[in-house]
Amino acid sequence: MKILVAIKRTIDANVKIRVKADQTGVETANVKMAMNPFCEIAIEEAVRLREAGTASEVVAVSAGPAHVQETLRTALAMGADRAVHVETEAELQSLGVAKILKAVVEQETPTLVLLGKQAIDDDSSQTGQMLAALMGWPQATFASKIVLAEGEADVTREVDGGLETIRIKLPAVITVDLRLNEPRYASLPNIMKAKKKPIDVKTVDELAVDVAPRLKILKVEEPPKRQAGVKVESVAALVEKLRNEAKVI
Amino acid sequence: MSEFAGAREIRFQLYDLLDTEALATRARFSGQGRDVYDAVLDTAERVAAEYFAPHTRAADLREPWLEDGKVTLLPEVKAALDAFAAAGFLGAHHDEALGGLQLPWTVTQACLSYFQAANIATTAYPFLTIAAGNLLARFADEAQQRRYLKPMLAGRYFGTMCLSEPQAGSSLSDIKTTARPRDNGSYALRGTKQWISGGEHELAENIVHLVLARTEGAPPGAKGLSLFIVPRYRVNDDGNRGTANDIALVSLLHKMGYRGTVSTILNFGENDRCVAYLIGEPNQGLAYMFQMMNEARIGVGLGAAMLAHAGYLHALDYAKTRLQGRHPGGKDTTAPPVAIVEHADVKRMLLAQKAYAEGAMALCFYAARLVDDEMTAPDEAARQDAGLLLELLTPICKTWPSDYGPRANDLAIQVLGGYGYTRDYPVEQYYRDNRLNPIHEGTNGIQAIDLLGRKAGLEDGRALALLSARIAATCQEAFATQGLTEHARALEHAVATMRQVTETHLRALAAGKRNEALANASLYAEALGHVIVAWMWLRQALVAERRLAAAAPPEADYLRGKRQACRYFFAYELPRVAPLAAILERMEQTCAETSPDWL
Repeated sequence: MKILVAIKRTIDANVKIRVKADQTGVETANVKMAMNPFCEIAIEEAVRLREAGTASEVVAVSAGPAHVQETLRTALAMGADRAVHVETEAELQSLGVAKILKAVVEQETPTLVLLGKQAIDDDSSQTGQMLAALMGWPQATFASKIVLAEGEADVTREVDGGLETIRIKLPAVITVDLRLNEPRYASLPNIMKAKKKPIDVKTVDELAVDVAPRLKILKVEEPPKRQAGVKVESVAALVEKLRNEAKVI
Repeated sequence: MSEFAGAREIRFQLYDLLDTEALATRARFSGQGRDVYDAVLDTAERVAAEYFAPHTRAADLREPWLEDGKVTLLPEVKAALDAFAAAGFLGAHHDEALGGLQLPWTVTQACLSYFQAANIATTAYPFLTIAAGNLLARFADEAQQRRYLKPMLAGRYFGTMCLSEPQAGSSLSDIKTTARPRDNGSYALRGTKQWISGGEHELAENIVHLVLARTEGAPPGAKGLSLFIVPRYRVNDDGNRGTANDIALVSLLHKMGYRGTVSTILNFGENDRCVAYLIGEPNQGLAYMFQMMNEARIGVGLGAAMLAHAGYLHALDYAKTRLQGRHPGGKDTTAPPVAIVEHADVKRMLLAQKAYAEGAMALCFYAARLVDDEMTAPDEAARQDAGLLLELLTPICKTWPSDYGPRANDLAIQVLGGYGYTRDYPVEQYYRDNRLNPIHEGTNGIQAIDLLGRKAGLEDGRALALLSARIAATCQEAFATQGLTEHARALEHAVATMRQVTETHLRALAAGKRNEALANASLYAEALGHVIVAWMWLRQALVAERRLAAAAPPEADYLRGKRQACRYFFAYELPRVAPLAAILERMEQTCAETSPDWL
């Protein structure tokens, strides 16, 4: 079984985000980048499935400028067998990425596509669902447990009310949640080995995909600063404020 | 950014200052590059954050203890060391033939720096093992390497260095431990060794002690010392662990800091059954050991720098969030209080910490780069120059960071005020941990005598001339850079002053006045250290000036910080050289001429 894992390069989760002065986006120059943490979990799961003998090959795929290859190398150092880089300087939105992934899936014909449930930069949580729809494949999102069997998968999903386990037919798209596993760090010998693993570079034109953005970003701004609190004189005053100002009771 | 070390800072040191990625053009490092080095640093930061940092305080509160006669440590220590070994850090710099990855020493030291900042006490175990391993890789024979070094690189065996004895600390020529030849070429060892870090524990299958001892009939003094491999458990021919090797734990030592590192007194051969194996030639022990010591000294300096850095980051974060007081010029007492980072005196304390920590880091990484250059620079002359400069700089890499690192931690405590004095905040532990660094691996007083008595006049002064030429080259660049010309002038002047002072002392040494000439060696080390760190700051400021025009915040602020810390060093610190030089130049003998009876 071949597993394709889509990964995204994002600002490192530990970096303090700064909005650009012109409010068109966030500052990324000289900012430490890393693999989206949910994508790490997807890679980890795929590598574990291969180590268990369930999967035979793990292919990592990412789209974006040349720098994306650094993140693909991380995936290779964590254990992916090879990588596909779809090179583009264009702005990519969820639908564009889903279309790119569809083209790669058609070339690679994996049995399973794993993605992070969302990326920590735009928090869209759309790409996996869009890919499943474009492919006409079943989808299981927010997975905290994946059990693969012949032609199907039992996936435990984290839903608002608790956990839900569904059975889907393969091939399928699964997006993974935080509790699925704890991703490994890339050991030094594996970092060196990853240098020798192949990265297949394609362009958006070669894949004949239209990635033109459908959404326009009007403005990016910092969340409002938290206001100072007030002291209330009595419990009655507190209740009054909770009821009429905060409107929570 | 982790809480204990700045990823931007370490990358600035490695790439912006030292152009480390250029090393990948050398045959030994071919196929590597910045992507590999970044990935390696990321793994170091991650393992340090997940496995080392979380138990730093717990290991300080719970020193190693004896349980059923066995040295016991918090289980987190073993988990951390297993992760360190599994990630491949123990052998990363070694030859591929030994199972290593041939990473540059500069890069592996940068990795180490993350661990030192996260948890210096737990890092001491692999620090010693790596140092002992390097010694074996260089001087042990093939069979010894197979038997002891290979398991050390895999993290199965740990290493120690056993030099000091109760009566012989700084003075190694007084070592009494003896080695008597046995029939089969090995030796029977007998003696007591003290301050042995990692001397006994159950963290590894075996411990490989590297022990200085005197063979029967060897000449007295340091010339009669030989170096031995002494395993805690004998190793059978098939590589399996054999019987215990007659090494008794006399006592655990209870320290002010570094409390997670077990420190021991060991008795070798109480029952005359302690087997030792000679490394290399007899009577060459101290020369071999100095290979290990020199490397360890730079590592000690780097550890001191990283503890200073960790304390600075904590104090900085505190100063930016702690609201207290108003500006002295403000008249409105009802105005809201400001963050204490707004106060000039707090800024002074933060700038001093930054100047000490990042200046010391620059010095130690520069030395690490010299280690790489000595081994792999393309032409022979460059390799020789690197080796010579390294010899001169090694005692300063040990003394300056370990002198000024604790001062930085002292200021971090001061920034936090009463909170800094409590165990609820990490800065008091940084101070206690860092206070070891002026003491171990050769006290700073001994280093200073080595610097002035041996290194300053090395190769008829060629080492110092080489250093001066490199500083002059930096000054030339600075003269051509707006805003840095005054610094360049001040540094040139300070170098000339130190060369004059050095001349005076070398003349006195040549005239046989050793006692007089070496009486103020510590002042000499401090003054020369200050000049060299000023040079390190000018190098950093030059990079900042070049980059600033094209930089946006937060990078621009980071670079302005570099420029400002350089300005601080030249305004507040470099001027300390002149009064030190004046005392040195007149060879002040107040201390030397003081009778012990008067004290």
